[in-house]
Amino acid sequence: MMGESMALPFWLDALIALLLLSGALVALLGSIGLARMPDVYMRLHGPTKASTLGVGATLLGSMIWFGVGHEGLSAQEILITVFLFATAPVSAHMMARAALHRRVACREGTHGEPWDEMDRLPGYAESSPSSDNQR
Amino acid sequence: MTATVLPIALALFSLSLLLNLYRLLRGPDIVDRILGLDTLNVNAIAVIVLGGIYMDSSLIFEAALLIALMGFVSTVAMTKYLVRGDVIE
Repeated sequence: MMGESMALPFWLDALIALLLLSGALVALLGSIGLARMPDVYMRLHGPTKASTLGVGATLLGSMIWFGVGHEGLSAQEILITVFLFATAPVSAHMMARAALHRRVACREGTHGEPWDEMDRLPGYAESSPSSDNQR
Repeated sequence: MTATVLPIALALFSLSLLLNLYRLLRGPDIVDRILGLDTLNVNAIAVIVLGGIYMDSSLIFEAALLIALMGFVSTVAMTKYLVRGDVIE
């Protein structure tokens, strides 16, 4: 459990508390966006940006907590942070590409379909699933 | 101050895990489910890190690192299967 004997300076304690709380709030915001947005392309916005920032703030607070006094900074934490920040955009990009490839329907009232631009690229229209069906 | 904020942060992250689970179960398209699972992974890492602060030990960070690695690999595998029809070409 949390040791009462630790002598963390007040401002450092306040900084860790602020980082943990704001991180949790931002991650919750991203998850609300994931649950409430009307279509896939909008739902991608919430978690891919907000959750990365929220978890990043939480990890930063934890790094300060363990780095000042306790067990010392662990290598795993730095690895998690680096890995998370490197992979989150890649996985978001691949999910968006999968949604475009499957031609998931947009919300009513969207101006133009997201894949219109894609079809104009040479060599891309042949590999799309709709033209596969026509053959 | 951290001791009072920690349960609040854990509660907020649990709420966001529930919201991700809702999207994972309900998601109209398979891409929604993959997105929900990916966000569930990312938030689980944060819950494990908060648990590490709560228990004052960095032992369980190995599990968080493992979830980060496997979560990314599984997301890439599933989306690649959807786009290419095959995971390893």
